[in-house]
Amino acid sequence: MPSPFRFLRLATILRLTALMLLLVFLLLPGWFEPLLKPLVQENAPAIYNRGSLFWLTVLHLRTVFVATLAATFVAVSLAILVTREAGAEFLPLSRSLVNIGQTFPPVAVLALAVPIYGFGENPTLIALFLYGLLPIFENALTGLTSLPPAVMEAARGTGMTERQRLLRIELPLALPVILTGIRLSVVISLSTATIGSTVAAKTLGEVIIAGLQSNNLAFVLQGGFIVAVLAVLIHDALQALERSLAGRAHV
Amino acid sequence: MIEFEHITKRYGDTAVVRDVSMAVAPHTVTVVVGTSGSGKTTLIRMVNRLVEPTSGIIRIDGEDNRSVPEFELRRRIGYAIQGHGLFPHRTVAENIATVPTLLGWDRSRIRAKVEELLTLFQLDPDFFGARYPHELSGGQQQRVGVARALAAEPNLLLMDEPFGALDPIIRAKAQEDLIAIQKHFGTTIILVTHDMEEAFRLANKIAVMDKGEVVQYATPEEMLVRPATPFVEELIGASERPFRLLAIERAGAAVEPGAAEGPPIAEDLSQREALSELLWSGREALPVAASDGSIVGRLSLDSLIRRAARPR
Ligand SMILES: Nc1ncnc2c1ncn2[C@@H]1O[C@H](COP(=O)(O)OP(=O)(O)O)[C@@H](O)[C@H]1O
Ligand SMILES: [Mg+2]
Repeated sequence: MPSPFRFLRLATILRLTALMLLLVFLLLPGWFEPLLKPLVQENAPAIYNRGSLFWLTVLHLRTVFVATLAATFVAVSLAILVTREAGAEFLPLSRSLVNIGQTFPPVAVLALAVPIYGFGENPTLIALFLYGLLPIFENALTGLTSLPPAVMEAARGTGMTERQRLLRIELPLALPVILTGIRLSVVISLSTATIGSTVAAKTLGEVIIAGLQSNNLAFVLQGGFIVAVLAVLIHDALQALERSLAGRAHV
Repeated sequence: MIEFEHITKRYGDTAVVRDVSMAVAPHTVTVVVGTSGSGKTTLIRMVNRLVEPTSGIIRIDGEDNRSVPEFELRRRIGYAIQGHGLFPHRTVAENIATVPTLLGWDRSRIRAKVEELLTLFQLDPDFFGARYPHELSGGQQQRVGVARALAAEPNLLLMDEPFGALDPIIRAKAQEDLIAIQKHFGTTIILVTHDMEEAFRLANKIAVMDKGEVVQYATPEEMLVRPATPFVEELIGASERPFRLLAIERAGAAVEPGAAEGPPIAEDLSQREALSELLWSGREALPVAASDGSIVGRLSLDSLIRRAARPR
């Protein structure tokens, strides 16, 4: 059957093209100046000129990466804790805590964090961390509580200790579902990180904010474009990883 | 030797297993039967401490089963369940190697054991070793489940409706394999089923459970002749009795000298199967063949009819 292959290839080609386009735009933004020129007034710059787009992207990704890493660590640890026999009583409490993290608007977190941590990256990291906890926690919880009962029974019956069951059976089987949570969290964080630039964090939000302040549509668009393409590419890459893991484990 | 001494398990106010005392002889097959919810699963799960009894003691070879940590106990006891419970993210070979790996066997010993078991269960190690469970048929998965339970060479194997999910033909084959394997390793087996046919086919002794109690613990013959309660009688099925009696013994045990016409049957088939063949082919007697194909004698309808009658 040739057709599924053709679609697969087409999707791959589209992604590779998007990636190339993004890289070229980040490294040689000057090439795109003619394209964006019509969007700005006569003598205004069409390409962001107050810093390197490439470095802003790297810093943006770093912020998201660090926040997601911390959120993953905390959310998964919490999910493991409350799914153990001894920790079950903490389940409702941790659910509400994590829910608060999600419902509290990131902008408000920034406003509260600035007086304590000052301007810069830290308030943004805290806001993204809190905001990213919920999807990872809920998915880890689902993954760890919906394991096939016969498999868990067999794990106990073969004489694995609680720790061995967790590391060798439960986490590997829950991994695809946990990854889904991480993917959701990353995609949310990628766009939410832009607001960090309101408190002087180095993110792609800087480009968008500069555009708003100087009424420069080209700035706004290029900031938004980079964030959007990053989100789509990272989303797809993580999804492919999930599929290959889930396919192997057949879960 | 497995000894249950006044074992009781309560959940809240209900006793799901009530004051069970029985001794299982080494190298035998004990089958626990009873209706659904009668406490069969709970009873055998107390042997490897997946369930802790409310009161009573279970001794394995004279030793209280609480005298070692649970994980150590379980590594010494094979456990096979309905729906096999294979680890879906591990290959067939890794699944079978589970307990030996936990016990820290060295690699070459584990590899040899996995190959031995796969071969014993008629699964080509080169082909099946690297497969994942979902790539196997139901019957193959079930065999791998039993192979995993046997990998660390346990003296005791607990099986909870291991063949419950299999269709009749594969099921009969699995039972045959189990008999062969029990002979091969001399494993003591405690098997739960709700299928009386299976019980009479496999058991050296049968324990009948009713509402948490073992109402009769006896050899199949004894149970047929002297059912302890009306429930046992009903479970056996009055009209099935002569056939169950024949199902217990091998054809080889009823062989008499002489010759007979027509195709032979194997001596390790049950007498019930021999009777069926006699009736179906319309013969008075048939030749019986050993596993090497040589004829060891004949088996007659008359002798089977005598054997099917109530023993005195
Ligand atoms: N963990 C448990 N908590 C409460 N009741 C249980 C539990 N496990 C089993 N039971 C009850 O004990 C009875 C016997 O169950 P089980 O041993 O599984 O029966 P069987 O294997 O003979 O079908 C059933 O009524 C079941 O509902
Ligand atoms: Mg049961």
